[in-house]
Amino acid sequence: MTKKNVWIASVATPIMIVALLLFAGSRKLTAADIPAPGSAAVQIDNFVFGPQAITVPTGTTVTWTNHDDIPHTVVSTDGVFKSKVRDTDEKFSFTFDKPGTYAYYCSIHPKMTGKVVVQ
Amino acid sequence: MPHKKQDLIDQNLQDLNDDGVDRRGFLKCMAWAGTGLVWTMSGGVPVSRAFAKSVDKTAVKGADFTFVQISDSHIGFNKPANPDVTATLQTAINKINAMPQKPDFIIHTGDLSQLSKPSEFDTLDQVLKGASAKQIYFVPGEHDMLSDNGEQFLQRYGKGTKGTGWYSFDQKGVHFVGLVNVANLKAGGMGSLGHEQLEWLEDDLRGRSASTPIVLFAHIPLWTIYPEWGWGTDDSAQALSYVKRFGSVTVLNGHIHQIMQKVEGKVSFHTAMSTAFPQPAPGTAPSAGPMKVPADQLQQMLGITDVNYLVSGRSLAVVDSPLGAGSPATANAGGM
Repeated sequence: MTKKNVWIASVATPIMIVALLLFAGSRKLTAADIPAPGSAAVQIDNFVFGPQAITVPTGTTVTWTNHDDIPHTVVSTDGVFKSKVRDTDEKFSFTFDKPGTYAYYCSIHPKMTGKVVVQ
Repeated sequence: MPHKKQDLIDQNLQDLNDDGVDRRGFLKCMAWAGTGLVWTMSGGVPVSRAFAKSVDKTAVKGADFTFVQISDSHIGFNKPANPDVTATLQTAINKINAMPQKPDFIIHTGDLSQLSKPSEFDTLDQVLKGASAKQIYFVPGEHDMLSDNGEQFLQRYGKGTKGTGWYSFDQKGVHFVGLVNVANLKAGGMGSLGHEQLEWLEDDLRGRSASTPIVLFAHIPLWTIYPEWGWGTDDSAQALSYVKRFGSVTVLNGHIHQIMQKVEGKVSFHTAMSTAFPQPAPGTAPSAGPMKVPADQLQQMLGITDVNYLVSGRSLAVVDSPLGAGSPATANAGGM
């Protein structure tokens, strides 16, 4: 191994990895992405609700944002809440006033499922 | 990817000698067509043939009737890779109108619109008005039933249909059944036909001669292509059990915006390209969202499907054509 190669392996690679991780993980954070007190956020990316399960205190307002190029919905499996169709960047919010476990899915792409646990 | 495609070609290349086209010739045709592939059903035995301009014309000339399948026009979609889906639908209609034999009718296998908006349906109607074939049969895609459980779709495109929009009709001895597998979808599941529709289907097929060629069409594939992306129909096995006794069954679907084919016994499955935007091959992307492709490749990944029926052989020949004819070089780069 030449000196140059060693440098690449030992210094440059970690730097590149860190740089890649930084870029990979960064979607521009907007004010709406940072939850205010009493609120929580679920992002829809690549046909996935993220996080898929969240636990929040009673009274929390959860806001879903669709980041896909395809419309989605947020529909409670037990009929507790149901969003309108949410196109790209559109949001849906629901305030959970009662403790319990709320399963939900996208009624257009039912493979997409998620859960809100209210304590 | 090229290997997969080659496998598909090999699977469908069973006997080319009868057609007088050697393998090299066939591959040339493939290059020209980009995604072209013909197979015919004769007495339940699938026979594949080369697809080229000349072969195409011969097939059409001898056909007793011809119809075209279009799918997934997604009017209202305006993002990469296709900011103008109305224009590509128009291109598809122009291609249909230029066919040597005017098709008897058109089948649209759903996702007419992007968001079920009245204005989107209006635009679609305007473009389809220009089609040489005046009779158009529709089944809804999930995008057509977004806000009102499909009521608007039924009013516009499903008059006289049953349930959420299913129906059947006959054309020169072939029995066509339009099915709806995008209504009342359950959490965690894929497409669904539901009990009521399955009962209707069983009843609809009862008493028909086993020699009647059957064409089933629905939006989501009636065979499981990729469950991780919901590309299948949970209760399709039940539906397919009703057509088992028939000698020739052709299943036409959309939804996945790419060509997939499978032959299982006497049942031939086929999915059509979209007229709007391509989607990735199963598992090749983080999700099934629209695939972004360079503008010059887009028209190779959109297309129409025409089907020719010969009464004598009770056979259906399915031909896929991309919207852009393209040069062999482009087609090579695009997919082979």
